[in-house]
Formats: sequence, structure tokens, C-alpha cells
Amino acid sequence: MKLTKLAAVAAVALTAASPALADLVFPSMSYRTGAFAAGGIPFADGYQDYFTLLNERDGGIGGEKISVPECETGYNTEKGVECYESLKGLNPLILQPLSTGITYQLIPKVTADGIPLHTMGYGRTSAANGKVFKWVFNYPGNYWDAASIMVKHALEQEGGSLEGKSIVLLYHNSAYGKEPIRTLEELSKKHGFKLTLIPVDSPGQEQKSQWLQIRREKPDYVFFWGWGVMNQVAVQEAANIRFPMDHFVGVWWSGAEPDVLPAGEGANGYKSANFTGTGKDYPIFADIQKYVVDTGKAAGDGTSLGQVQYNRGMYAAMLAAEAARKAQELSGVKAINAAQMRDGMEALQVTAARMAELGMPNFGPEVNVTCANHGGAGVGLIQQWDAGAKKWVAITDYISSDRSVIDPLIAEDSAAYAKENNITPRDCK
Amino acid sequence: MPEQLLFAAEVTLNGLMAGVMYSLVALGFVLIFKASGIFNYAQGVMALFAALTLVGIQDGQIPFSHLINTIFGTEMHDFGWHVPAFLAILLALGVMILFAIVVEKFILKHLVNQPPIILFMATIGLAYFMEGFGDLMWGSDIKKLDVGLPQGISGVIDETTFDWFGYGFFIDRLDIAATIVAAILVSVLVLFSQYTKQGRAMRAVADDHQAALSVGISLRFIWVLVWSIAGFVALVAGIMWGTKSGVQFSLSLIALKALPVLMLGGFTSIPGAIVGGLIVGVGEKLFEFAIGPMIGGATENWFAYMLALLFLVFRPQGLFGEKIIERV
Repeated sequence: MKLTKLAAVAAVALTAASPALADLVFPSMSYRTGAFAAGGIPFADGYQDYFTLLNERDGGIGGEKISVPECETGYNTEKGVECYESLKGLNPLILQPLSTGITYQLIPKVTADGIPLHTMGYGRTSAANGKVFKWVFNYPGNYWDAASIMVKHALEQEGGSLEGKSIVLLYHNSAYGKEPIRTLEELSKKHGFKLTLIPVDSPGQEQKSQWLQIRREKPDYVFFWGWGVMNQVAVQEAANIRFPMDHFVGVWWSGAEPDVLPAGEGANGYKSANFTGTGKDYPIFADIQKYVVDTGKAAGDGTSLGQVQYNRGMYAAMLAAEAARKAQELSGVKAINAAQMRDGMEALQVTAARMAELGMPNFGPEVNVTCANHGGAGVGLIQQWDAGAKKWVAITDYISSDRSVIDPLIAEDSAAYAKENNITPRDCK
Repeated sequence: MPEQLLFAAEVTLNGLMAGVMYSLVALGFVLIFKASGIFNYAQGVMALFAALTLVGIQDGQIPFSHLINTIFGTEMHDFGWHVPAFLAILLALGVMILFAIVVEKFILKHLVNQPPIILFMATIGLAYFMEGFGDLMWGSDIKKLDVGLPQGISGVIDETTFDWFGYGFFIDRLDIAATIVAAILVSVLVLFSQYTKQGRAMRAVADDHQAALSVGISLRFIWVLVWSIAGFVALVAGIMWGTKSGVQFSLSLIALKALPVLMLGGFTSIPGAIVGGLIVGVGEKLFEFAIGPMIGGATENWFAYMLALLFLVFRPQGLFGEKIIERV
């Protein structure tokens, strides 16, 4: 009897936890616990809040309600793969694993299972080649775009020439941290700067050796590819050795509020790349406040609205929702499936006018995805930390990456992947 | 003096300072292992929990506010006051003592006479419980810790060495503070264990539990005492590392830095933890300086363990550990 009751309770609980069959399922592979939670929580909140807004304000997408089942990856590759296995049964329309390590594991799986994978600003860079990576997308930019954007910013600061200058790449000693090396090597040949590579072992709590080396070598710029505690320690160490902070530029995963706040005034002037706007000065936040936060439906306590990672999560959700709309339009079906979603992603166009219509004017770069180009335009901006006001300020417009260097690298790397995995590239004509 | 030699001297000094930071973590392990034979897997998380508690108290944060707000629909986050650093440290210490009492009452008391592996397993469970409990109690955002410790390059050392050698050495003032604090901490611990009644009782329990019990020493009290002291050491380590990187959940990973120190210095020796820390600190920094660039860098993590392994091969009990001889 007891067992029957337990089974009934378990069945009810499972039913309650699973999305309704007709829902459009946009899972959130989040990391709200563990060493990287400070970056994972605001992103997950932004992602979820945007979909909650669409449900509450618009009744979903095209009249179809949205559900956002969440799975905790802890930013751990094994857990991420477990999440994938448990989520794929829910018929997800899109997966965003938020980790380069998890992405590498999921690429063959999603390709076999037919589920679109969106790795916005991370993951395997050459997945931008849609001819080889049919199910993987990394618009609006990738690591190589970020490296190129950072070099372009340095070029602008140096009056158009980096000849004879020196740049240190301080990077997380992992697949993630090593991603920009190839691009920077090519760019150093093109622009004549000396590139020095300095790796930091994970987690990066102790970086004394690396910063002593930087102090000795006195580079003109330090480009930074860190994550988690490595970010806070690096910013602090840079301040300690009095490195000019406006010549210290991080990738977009090293430029959020938690990365700079612990260093206090010392972090003032530190720069990073980004591909979304910062702050709450966009009309959409009034709607999020009204329909999501004030009604008690927010994923968090509402304090992270406008933060870098929150805005990024919101932008990721907006791109997913727009792709779903496109998919509905193309297929003529409201309750789309993963294959139709993929078609929608491949035909996605988010113009400046559309973003303004969504209450997000100039919030992110325009996106134009095609069969061959899953990486978008590859643009980003540079933001700078104002320690006094405790906020990031965009100091450039959107900068385009150097396609003449990046496109051949993408072609080369994706061709090697295709050969390794016996993939015949699609014909995208 | 040749430039490379100056750089090496600077690296060595910084290695010594980094070693002190590692020793601070290793000390907590040694204290508990020495007194109870338990390898406390939770020591890193204790440092995290202590630092979280300190910042929470200092900033007047309401514990479990997220949980309270979710259940009761309230909007409470902090009390609106700021507690002075010294008082906050005392209160955080109080919480760590309370934690020691709870650990003894709910875990250790029930595991008396169990094999060490069972106690080790219990501390693994404790570590994960505390990590989740700390998250629930204080939230998981990164917090700035400021108890008034200096930070940044020491101008005096920079200028003096520049006058002497034409090259200014970089020494972080936080590392200097950590060295002074560690020296005071070790002195107090040694004096306590040598010259106080409780300290002697602690040593007696460390030598032989049953003999200590037979002369009327309360094992339970000693365990509470030892875990309280380890909690205090964790608080000190948490302050030093938390000042450096902000208080965040990766703080618990500093335990990884303490392991090679323990293997090298021995699990039962307080001086061993210090000397082990210094050897690991200097060794890894010099290796990274001299050999790192030739083999792609990022050698510090594995080099520390390789160094410890080498010591293990020739001296399994560590440099200062006790050689246990069991006779049949």
C-alpha cells in the first residue's frame, strides 16, 4: 500500500516537473552551484526570465507556451553530458550547454540525435562552418572573432599599427583558453606584434609566477582568456603590479561584474570584449520588471537585471525565441520540432529594427545566419569597468572581426574535422 | 648582479610567500589529523564557510535570506548595518566553534572506534553538506572581503631593491601580512600545545586515545577543541585567500594546494606544514621560472605533486612526520 502511494506521488511529481506535451521546450543547462556559480546564475536567470516574459506578456511564441526545464551542470563536462541525456527525452528545440568542454562532447551527440546546439560566443569555433556542422551554431561571434576584435581595438589605440609591440596572451590552460592562440599567431604575423603565451593552470587561484613574468617582460598589452576565480585573481594581480589597466583586455567571459568587484578601485579601467549591451537602460527591462519580477515569477531575486551575464542570458533567449518564430513561419506549424527549429536558426535574421521592436535597441549585433555561415557576422564591442560607478561602460561601437584571417582558419579547421569524422560537407548553394 | 639572478631571487622570495599561504591551509589538516587521525577532507570547505560567514556578518547580510524570501514572499537581504572587522572576526570564530560542537555531536561521537576510512568518508559528506549549506546561508555571489589587510606592491621593497640592484623586486603586501600572521599563528599554536593544560591534553590524545581516556581526559572535549582550532586556522586561511580573490566557492579548492605540502611536510607536524609549504612554494615558482618557458608553462600544479611524490619515495612519513612502527 505504502509502495503504491509512493509510486503515485512519484508519478505526480514527475508529471509536474516535465513540460506539457504541447510546450515549446527550451532547456536551460545552467550552473547555479559550485565554483563557477557566480557567472552561471545571472545568465540562467536572464535566459529564464526572457521566456517567462514571453509566456506572461504574449502567451508564448505564436500562441504556443514555452517551458524551460533546468538541468544543473555545475560547469562540469560529465554532468553536462548527463543533463543532455536526461533533457533529450523532453524533445528540446535547442540546447545551450554554456561550456566549451560540454560542447565538444555534445557535437557528435546532437548531430546524431538531430537537436540544434547553440554555443553563443564559446564552444568549437569552426562550427561557424554550417556546411560541416549542420546542427551546431555559434552566432553572433566566436573566440577567434573576439581575439580579432581585441587586436583591432589595440590597433585603434596605437594609431593603426602594432609593429614592434608586444602582446601577452594570459590564458586558462584548457581547450577554452587555447582557442584564440592560432588566430593571434596569424594576426601577429599580419600586424608585426610579438605574441607571448602564458598559460595558467585551472582553477587559477595562484598566478604569481605569471604576473612576475608579465612584470619582467613589460608587454604593451595583456589579452586575457580566463574564467571563474582566474578572472578575479588576474585583475587583482594586474592591479598589484600596477599594470596599466586600459591595456589589459579580457575576452567576453572575463568581463562581468563579479570579475572586477573584488579588486575594488584597482580594477578601474580594465577592459573586456562583449557582444551585448550593459545596464538596464532598455525598454524591455520595464516589461521584465512588470510581468516577471513584480509578479514573483523571476528566476532570481531581481537584483541581477542589467548585469553582463544576465543580459547575455536574455540575449541568448531572445535569439532562440526569434529562431523559433522563424521556424513557425517557415514550417507553418506552431508546435515546431527540433528539425524545424534548426531550419529557423539557419534562416535567422535579427535586424536593428527588430531589436528595437523587441525593446532591445542596439542591445546586440545584428544577426544573419545562413546555411554556410552559422557564426553570424562576428562582431563585438569593447567595454571598460568604471570602479567608481561600479558599472561597465561600452567604449566602442560594434567592431567587425578580421574575416581575411578568420575565414581561412575556419575553413581549414572544419575541413580537418570533416575528414576526421567522415563528413561530406553540405552543398549550401 | 646578472639580471637572471635578480629575477630568480625575486621569484624565490615570492615562492616563499606563496608557500606561507599554502601552509596556512595545510595547518588545519595537520591539527585534526594529529589529534584524531582523521584526514579532514572538509578543511578547504571550512575555509570557504568561515570566510563566507565573516563577510556575511561584516556586511550585515541576513542568513538564509533567499530561502526566507522564497517561503514568506518577503524582500529581506540585509540588516542595514556594517560590523567592524575585528568584531566580525570574533563572531565568525564563534560560528566556527559552534560548527565544531555540531560536528562532534552529530558525526564524530557516533563514529568513535570506526576505521579511519569511515571517518574520512564522513568528512567528504561533511564537505559537500557544508558547501550547500554555505550557499543556502550566504548565497553564491562573489563577495569582496576587506578586513583592512594591505594589498599591492610593497613600495619600500621595490624602491630599496631598485637602489641596491637597479631592479625593484615585487612583493605583495598581502603576502607579507600573511607571513606575519602565519608566524604568530604557529607560535601561538606551539605555545598552546606545550604550556597549557588543554594543549597537553590535546597532545596526549594525539599520542594515544585510550591512554588519554584512562587518565580522565575527555575525548569529546578535545575533539571539539581541535575542530575549533582547525576552524580558526580555516578562518585565517579564508581571510588571506579571500582577500586575494574575493570570497567565492572556488575557495574550497585551496585544499588542493595543501595536499602536496602535507605529503612533503608530514601529516602530523606543524613545523612540517610550514617547511613543506615553503619548499613547495619556492620549488614550483623556480621550476616555472627556469623550466616552464621551455615546456609550455603552467607547470606549478603538477610540479608540486611531483615534488611531493619524490619525497614520499624516499621518506614516506614526510619530512617531519612520525614514522609509525607497528609490531606484531
